[in-house]
Formats: sequence, C-alpha cells, structure tokens
Amino acid sequence: MKQLVVNNASLALAFMLVLVAMIISTKEKLHLAKDIIYSIIRAVIQLTIIGYVLKYIFQLNNAWLTILMCLLIVVNASWNAYKRNPNAHHHFREYLETFLALFISTFVTLGLIILSGSLKLIPSQIIPITGMIAGNSMVAVGLCYRALNSQFRDQRQQILEKLALGAEIKTASLPILRESIKTAMQPTIDQAKTVGLVNLPGMMSGLIFAGVDPVRAIRYQILITFMLLSTTSLGAIIAGYQAYRHYFNSQQQLTESD
Amino acid sequence: MAILTLTHVSYLANQQLIIPDLNLTVAANDFLTITGPSGSGKSTLLKLIASLATPSSGEIIFAGKNQRDYNLPKYRQQVSYCFQQPTLFGQTVRDNLQFPFQIRNQTFDQGRVTNYLELVDLPVAFLDKKITDLSGGERQRVALIRNLIFPPTILLLDEVTAGLDRRSKEIVQDLIRQLSKNKLTLIQVTHDSDELRIAENLLQMQAGGIIK
Repeated sequence: MKQLVVNNASLALAFMLVLVAMIISTKEKLHLAKDIIYSIIRAVIQLTIIGYVLKYIFQLNNAWLTILMCLLIVVNASWNAYKRNPNAHHHFREYLETFLALFISTFVTLGLIILSGSLKLIPSQIIPITGMIAGNSMVAVGLCYRALNSQFRDQRQQILEKLALGAEIKTASLPILRESIKTAMQPTIDQAKTVGLVNLPGMMSGLIFAGVDPVRAIRYQILITFMLLSTTSLGAIIAGYQAYRHYFNSQQQLTESD
Repeated sequence: MAILTLTHVSYLANQQLIIPDLNLTVAANDFLTITGPSGSGKSTLLKLIASLATPSSGEIIFAGKNQRDYNLPKYRQQVSYCFQQPTLFGQTVRDNLQFPFQIRNQTFDQGRVTNYLELVDLPVAFLDKKITDLSGGERQRVALIRNLIFPPTILLLDEVTAGLDRRSKEIVQDLIRQLSKNKLTLIQVTHDSDELRIAENLLQMQAGGIIK
C-alpha cells in the first residue's frame, strides 16, 4: 500500500494555503494577518520540537521518561484549563483543583484502556493517547468553568433566594452545576452522534492514511469515542464540584460579582 | 425579652460605609417597621440580620447566641428573608413550594401547602401552574408562603408589597397582620403610606443609622 509522503517541498507548496487565508484577511480588512503569521510560526516551531522530542523518547523507550512526558501534558493541559476559568483568583489551590480534575480524568481513562488490553505500554502509544485524553478533558473543564461563571452571573438572584430560604450552598448551586457539566459534555456527545457521518476523526483518518484497513480503524475510533465520554464527564464533574464553592465566601454568602 | 440584638454593627462595601454604627434590639413577637430614603441602608440592615451579608464590625445576637456561631443555613431557616421582587425557580409553583421540604430532607406535604396557598387566596390547582404564567402579585404570594411553610422565628420583609396590584397588596397585608397576631416576630421595610400609618413600632433610617 502506498504510504503518505509529506516532504519539505510539499510543505512549502502547502504554505500557499496560508497565503489564501492572509489574502482574505487583507482584502476584507480583518486585521488577522499578523495573528495568522504568529500562529503559523508558533505551530511550526512547537510541532518541530515535539516531533524531535517524541522521536527521542520513542527510541529510548524508558518508562520514567514516558511517565514524565504524560505528566507534563497533564500539567500543561491543567494550566490552560485553569486560565479559561473567569472566576480564577490566582490561588495555587485553584490550579491544584484543576490539575486534580485533569489528572484523575486522564489517568483513570488511560488506565481503563490499558486494562482492556487495547494499548501497549510503549511510549509511541501511551503519549499520543494521553495527549488526546488530556486535551479533551481540558476543553471540557474550560467549558464547565465558563458555563458556571455565566450561570452564577445570570442566576444570582435565584441563588440568593435559595440561600435566604436556608439552603446549603451545594443545594442552591445544584441546577447550575448540573447545567454546566451538561454544557461541558455536550460537544463530546454531539461528536459521538455524528462521528463517521459528518467527519472522519483524526485518529481514524491517521490510521487509514497509514494504510490500516478502515474496518480496523473504526474499532480504534469507537475506543476513542468511549474514552472521550469518560474523560470529559470525569473532568467536568471533578472540576465543577470544586469550582462552584469559589462563588461563595466562608459565611456561605455569594461573593460580589465583578 | 429580646430575640434579636445588634450591637455597634457597621457595614462597609466597596469602600463605602453603608452602616456606620447601628444598635437595635427587637423583642420577641414584635412587629417592627423600618422606613427611610433610598440608600439609607434599610435593605442592607435586613440582609445583615438574615446573614446574607456579614457585618464589618459589631455583633448580631439571635436567641442569645452570636450569629456567627450558628450553622448558617439553619439560622436562615429561622431568620427568613423575603425579597422585594422575588425570583421563582424551577418550572412550576410546586417546584418552589417543594424546596423548603427538600432542604429539610422532608417529604412534600400537600395538605400543609394547600393551607398556605388558601391563606394567600390561591387555589390548590396553582401548584402545577408554570411560574412564567404568574402575575407579579401571584409570584410575590408564592414567594411569601415559600418562606412561611416552615414558620421562621423572625420574618424579614423587604418592601414585599411594593409594585403589587391592589388585590395582591391587600392579601399580602392581611397575611402580615395575621402573622403578627399569631406572635411571629416581623421586621418589615416599607415606603407604603398605609403600612406606615398603621405601624405600631416605626423606625426611621437615614445614612445607615436609626434617627427615631
């Protein structure tokens, strides 16, 4: 089977696609040209570095280095999810809570996949899958934080009334919490509904590109779908149940909104 | 006998001193009416008493015990605050009247709820009415009985008759009079001339202090 070949010359030609975006930006006065150039340079540098790092780690095949790389992915994903929390007060404890959500959701999901025997304990399988799981958990946790913030702002009066009636902060926040977790999980559920019909996801496309039989490739995609449902639900639930408490002070009163 | 005592209470919010130094004693079964211009600190005072805000200094003693020593949700069930323009939650009236049972881990008692609905002239069929279909007056009546299904020791009423239609206002005022007769301690904030005229124990607030 003919393998996909992307050499430097074909990459340079493909750069024309970026030029299309830049021409549109200039013509339509979108002022995005600088941003496009910056993002492209960043993506090329990041991907080149990570390409060489992964090559080195895969060749070395060292368990500790693999664990370290997975932890680095989770730390980075946690930091990005934490930054998406509009109610973050720049306390280390809040970052730790985000890290906990990402750590548990990523490693519980990864552990279950390893236990199922679908993955081999080798860096070339563990590291990409960890990235995929942590990335999706990061998006879900970020969505959960944003939904919590907008709901606490929109439904402030309702929560005040519940507190005034003598509700615990958890009871007063429960509908908001549930709605936020739902919001965080919705894209994954929607994606699961349309997978294969609307888009052929990255994992499956990658395998097909690499010459794997599509019927085998879909098995992996089904595995990924299960995995993403698990990680987004775990991440959103853990993050949500920690984050709602930061909208209240020690006197169980709603803190002033910004 | 005093059920509630505020000693040298002050409240600072956003670097603004809303209540500088307030002392107040409320006897059990008292019906206190507070009035005063907008921004004089009336609603803030009720929120401090309800523990929905915390004094910057001073003490609030309820039933012989400092407010901060209470389990606050339990305290708020005893010192219940009713808002001027209440928000109903959930989908139906039932969702709202079920809530006081839910937070006390008790099963919904329809008979008890029906009695309270009758008190504010609402039929039992109202239980399944959507909250979006209620008038302002009906919302306020539902909100009021939400505070009363489990009678508190002190009921705080923050301009609950403001903006109500004539009929709803009369029903709410009748209920308040009845509650007072039944020896419930009431503290109401009002601008309503009828309520001020019949007030037995009237306090006037200005700039966060009681002037008479």
